[in-house]
Amino acid sequence: MQKRAIFGGKTLPYLLLLPQLFVVAVFFYWPASQAVWQSFLLEDAFGLNSSFIWFENYTELFADAGYYRTMVTTAVFAIMVAGLSLSIALLFAVQADKSIRGAGVYKTLLIWPYAVAPAVAGVLWIFMFQPSLGVVAQGIRTLGIPWNPLLNGNDALILVVLASTWKQISYNFLFFLAGLQSIPRAVIEAAAIDGASRTRRFWTIILPLLSPTVFFLVVVNIVYVFFDTFGIIDAMTQGGPSKATETLVYKVFFDGRLGGNLGSSAAQSVILMIMVVALTAVQFRFIERRVAY
Amino acid sequence: MAQVELSDIRKVYPGNVEAVREVSLTVPNGSFTVLLGPSGCGKSTLLRMIAGLETITSGTCKIGERVVNDIEPAARDIAMVFQNYALYPHMSVYDNMAYGLRNRGTPKPEIEQRVREAAKLLAIEDFLARKPRALSGGQRQRVAMGRAIVREPQVFLFDEPLSNLDAKLRVTMRLEIKRLHNRLNATSIFVTHDQVEAMTLADQVVVMNAGLIEQIGAPGEVYRHPASRFVASFIGSPAMNLMPGKIVEPGVVETPGGKLAFDTARFDASGEVEVGIRPEDIHVAGSGTSGIPFAAELVEELGATRLLHGNFGATPIIVAVPASGTIYENKEVRLSIGPAAIHLFDKTTGKSLAR
Repeated sequence: MQKRAIFGGKTLPYLLLLPQLFVVAVFFYWPASQAVWQSFLLEDAFGLNSSFIWFENYTELFADAGYYRTMVTTAVFAIMVAGLSLSIALLFAVQADKSIRGAGVYKTLLIWPYAVAPAVAGVLWIFMFQPSLGVVAQGIRTLGIPWNPLLNGNDALILVVLASTWKQISYNFLFFLAGLQSIPRAVIEAAAIDGASRTRRFWTIILPLLSPTVFFLVVVNIVYVFFDTFGIIDAMTQGGPSKATETLVYKVFFDGRLGGNLGSSAAQSVILMIMVVALTAVQFRFIERRVAY
Repeated sequence: MAQVELSDIRKVYPGNVEAVREVSLTVPNGSFTVLLGPSGCGKSTLLRMIAGLETITSGTCKIGERVVNDIEPAARDIAMVFQNYALYPHMSVYDNMAYGLRNRGTPKPEIEQRVREAAKLLAIEDFLARKPRALSGGQRQRVAMGRAIVREPQVFLFDEPLSNLDAKLRVTMRLEIKRLHNRLNATSIFVTHDQVEAMTLADQVVVMNAGLIEQIGAPGEVYRHPASRFVASFIGSPAMNLMPGKIVEPGVVETPGGKLAFDTARFDASGEVEVGIRPEDIHVAGSGTSGIPFAAELVEELGATRLLHGNFGATPIIVAVPASGTIYENKEVRLSIGPAAIHLFDKTTGKSLAR
């Protein structure tokens, strides 16, 4: 039976909801509505005057080749980070799922990077890959590969991708491991008796049964790349060199905070907000439908 | 079809836990052998070693003429039905059954034909397109059996396949498994802790306890001539009455209830022994003066029979009597126990003292 508290009037329940509603209103609805409002305004450089200009910020944005470039950068960045961190995490999880000696230590060590702050992670990777001092950078040079993330845009993007991937593997690993452990052993044993090799078992039994987890993680990872990599990018490249590592969220910060173009920055935030709402909606729809194994 | 031969099989888990100790067993070609025992007796471990899902610590396992100790489960030519069905939840019933054949590269038309045949045999033709989650427990169990059948393996292994079903369905499925076995004439090894399942299904019952085989025999054999106190108490419902006894003169044993004659042609005993008498072998002689006095404290009505609960001295005793109008409660009756009803076991080892 469901436990249910019965309230006499209508006042008390609303009163109890109030703190939660207050927090949501102050920290979400108010800033969000401010962003929408700002995106329709044009403000002068000193913030003294603003005029209502309808959708001009948006039309300007979509006419700007730089904005499309940032979109492409973000897309490439997202695909690389999500693809890499998901596949590496899955590989690690499959290994950790085997009953091996020291599995506990292995799992603990793999989860650690998640506890490192993005900016700290960024700094660590800068040190390792710094062209003249970095340990790894020197190694790459001795192999005869030119490497300079401070000047070369592709190198910088690779570096940011690596750092972001490294940071996200732990999170994905945890979910994959939990997903793997929830697959009944008997099903895998049945497949083994049915003559499926290890690889075939993985592709035909384990991965399909893991697909709800994979789907969930794809969405979470894309959201991660869109927003939470800000710290890493800011610490490592500040979007450079020449905007090669500038993602949508970094551009919002750059244009609004450093460029002083609040109207355009707000318009960009609104577009990002719509993207995330869409992603979340897709996730909820699919997850409700497909997790029913 | 093939026979399965186990010799001196042992299974030791890390931490020196001995799950199976020196088990030797031959499962003849085409037989239905049931491994019976309480949970933790090693019966499932033994089955899993035959399947290749557990490594064999020492000893050899032969299927047909081949030693399979180091052969992968897939190459052993066996099929297994699991307790919780272990169907592939993301595949349709058809794909579940076809999976093993596809893995072996069987041509498509042949897969189709074999799956359809098995589905017809098991009456699951109408569900071929469904996912396992849309099936009832009994239907899932049939699919699991279908998956085993289509492969046409040498040996079928069943790991407590009926324990997840409700009581009524269990009886029906039990019959179906037996019918299927007779029809396919396959070698089957079936693990259960349910003695009724074991008695009804088996040609050969293997009673296991604490990693050892207590007795191997036909169902009637293990019931009538239990080789040990453990088998005697495990097989039969209600369980055999066990009580201390002492041989006072040749052919006579003194029990807490009184002196009883036993069959000296069957048992060779002297001194202190353990006496076993099945509840259904004790008869109520009426209220005369001969026989053992017995007062039922409690009567359990089972319909066809009634169970009288009472005592011989300090030992609790159950007597099974046919249902009748007689009232036994709080009334002293006399019991007659024939010499053929007496089983004698060694007091320390628990082994039968049969000649």
